[in-house]
Amino acid sequence: MVYLSYYDLLFSSFFLLAAGILSFCLKLKTEKALLIAASRMVIQLFLLGLILKTIFSYVNLYMFLLMALVMLFAAGFEVRGRQKYKFKGMVTFFIGTGTMGTIAFTLSFLTLVLIIKKEPWYTPQYAIPLMGIMLGNTMNGVSIGLDRLSSGIVSGKKIIETRLMLGHSAAESVADIKRDSIKSGMIPLINSMSAAGLVTLPGMMTGQILAGAPPEEAVKYQILIMFLIAACSALGTMLAVTIASKRFFDARERLCLERLK
Amino acid sequence: MLKIDRLNQEFMTFGPVSFDVKTKEIVGIIGESGAGKSILLKSIADMLPHDGKIFLDEVEQQDIKARLWRKQVALLPAEVVFWNQKIKDDLKTADNEIIKKFGFIPEEILEKNTDDLSSGEKQRIGLLRIFENRPKVLLLDEPSANLDEKNKMILEEIVLDYIETNNASAVWVAHDHEQLKRVSSKIFEITQNSFKEKF
Repeated sequence: MVYLSYYDLLFSSFFLLAAGILSFCLKLKTEKALLIAASRMVIQLFLLGLILKTIFSYVNLYMFLLMALVMLFAAGFEVRGRQKYKFKGMVTFFIGTGTMGTIAFTLSFLTLVLIIKKEPWYTPQYAIPLMGIMLGNTMNGVSIGLDRLSSGIVSGKKIIETRLMLGHSAAESVADIKRDSIKSGMIPLINSMSAAGLVTLPGMMTGQILAGAPPEEAVKYQILIMFLIAACSALGTMLAVTIASKRFFDARERLCLERLK
Repeated sequence: MLKIDRLNQEFMTFGPVSFDVKTKEIVGIIGESGAGKSILLKSIADMLPHDGKIFLDEVEQQDIKARLWRKQVALLPAEVVFWNQKIKDDLKTADNEIIKKFGFIPEEILEKNTDDLSSGEKQRIGLLRIFENRPKVLLLDEPSANLDEKNKMILEEIVLDYIETNNASAVWVAHDHEQLKRVSSKIFEITQNSFKEKF
């Protein structure tokens, strides 16, 4: 394995810096978001590296659950933060964490017990990265799906109300918007699965190969992860969008946009 | 018969209101823009939360499913909107005879794009669409606001014919006092904080 120095990382950051400068020159106004996201990524990953080093040395169920909960809550806030229209209070956060938690925990647990079969199943070196990649991808799907849903319902208010007036159910009235929202949430993963190996070498596989793992093993892991994250993201997006779409109506199937901020 | 008993809504400054609409009767409602006429109709259609009771043939609104109520007490909004691309996807059960009664040539109108409709056509298709549910009460929110005299007359004729042949009734909201005198048996006027019969 070729070890990286901090100078190597600094050097690679210059490319991103160049993109930021170009964004500034072209007045794209994305340089600030780029800078913040890149700084967050560096701080978060270094902290994670430090924490993982400690956590990997303790094989403890409660430690794993605590770490998973921290990751889940962070993902919940991220989902909430990415919405143009949020429900009042913490509803969006709870829909996000509830669906991501249920799906990511269940799938991670099943994978660890039935496929990876490492004893105990919560061995942090396997359980935490798996949980992290599942949550991260589900978070993307859920946040895109929820954002499209609420934007679609706000802009389609007149059509939804007309359908309700004609005696359509709440579910029928938002069916098209719901379908499009779920599709939008799933498209990034469908694209990355379709392009995997042809256009891109997926990140995890690249990392493993660069770290010295045999390519066949890296490919097997990558396929496993792709299946899992696609399933997790699809199920999470479907569940979150379905729950949220019901929240837009009261018991008499009236559209309640006042429930949004 | 539609019976409105002390109906009130958060944004109605003139409530509570009570009135009856008998079978084959049209009740007119007139008032300035923003007076709350649409809110009143939306409350009757159970599209907005409200206080008071509304009965259709002695069955209370809250005792039946909202979607069933809305099929029987049908609201035609001031702005008719479409979600399908072609008219034929919007009209599921209307037969050619009914379509002709509305002044359309069935083969032409069914193939038309919803974006290509004139204001008059939109209102008539909107009516045709709610007639598919065979409602007992029509709630008409300024149905002829953007129509010329000819289209206005066609629309009046269609509504009067429907009410007569289906033993239905209607609440007709309009700005045009002359039109309401023509079609309705009584007219209520909404002002800033009152709802009273206009003689």
